[in-house]
Amino acid sequence: MNIIDVISKEHLRSDIPEFAPGDVVKVYVKVKEGNRERLQVFEGVVLRRSNGGLNETFTVRKISGGIGVERTFPIHSPMIDRIERVRQGKVRRAKLYYLRGLSGKAARIEERRED
Amino acid sequence: MASGILGKKIGMTQIFSPEGRAIPVTVVEAGPCTVVQVKTPEVDGYEAIQLGFGEKRERLFNKPLKGHFAKAGLKPMKYLQEFPVEAGEQYEVGQVLKADIFKEGEYVDVVGTSKGKGFAGVIKRHNFNRAAMTHGSMYHRRTGSLNATDPARVFKGRRLPGRMGNERVTVQGLEVIKVDPERNVLLIKGSIPGNRGGLVRITKTVKRAKQK
Repeated sequence: MNIIDVISKEHLRSDIPEFAPGDVVKVYVKVKEGNRERLQVFEGVVLRRSNGGLNETFTVRKISGGIGVERTFPIHSPMIDRIERVRQGKVRRAKLYYLRGLSGKAARIEERRED
Repeated sequence: MASGILGKKIGMTQIFSPEGRAIPVTVVEAGPCTVVQVKTPEVDGYEAIQLGFGEKRERLFNKPLKGHFAKAGLKPMKYLQEFPVEAGEQYEVGQVLKADIFKEGEYVDVVGTSKGKGFAGVIKRHNFNRAAMTHGSMYHRRTGSLNATDPARVFKGRRLPGRMGNERVTVQGLEVIKVDPERNVLLIKGSIPGNRGGLVRITKTVKRAKQK
């Protein structure tokens, strides 16, 4: 087996739930303040997942105080405490960049129901 | 321990530090290197060890090289390089050096052969500036003036287009992030010269070690 795969395997996290672009997720991020550590929640729509393996990242977009905020996380980062999927979205593409140009009602995503 | 080792560049990836930072690392298969010859002041006038590394079909070695390895009682190896010996160290022919001569957090210098770029112009090769692509300019990526008119010749050392890359490059002061003695692998922070699969020479850094 490829040595790089073996090395990255040690750093891969297995506790990451399944989620896809269009889903609404809560990301619990560890924040260090001095020597205290607390959790900060970033909740929003998953805009994209990119790259693969250990390098994989995902971008979450939310509207904060009327301004769109996007944050990109390395998916296997130890700074992420956990990820919760709040809602599954029904979307037809992998990268939801078109959401950036939309606001309010137009930026809603239909919910996917398993039935 | 020994001052250096030979290795093979495997490729790059990233790992996470305990603080959660992603660190870019180059994976190097370091060794196993075998001591083929020990040079002594009495015989050779200086102290050094010659390390062999890598495999090659036996048929491809010429007689003098085969003889050199036979003298040491070893199988012929693809690469042979010499490393200086630190004072008071003893080596024996046949001794094997592995990745564990380095420790995590240590700083190293890495020598490799850079990727060949072929015949490259001055912009790529010497970081010259480009002239205007538009506004009627018909002078885009060319060299420019070669000299003043008075000497009536071009001085040696003028930077011109030519073959780029495929030469020995040293990168100094790279941090060893991880040592894996089982798989004989070093993770070195940042990039190192050359193609994947290329030979690299890893030595302790000549620069004063950075403060941690």
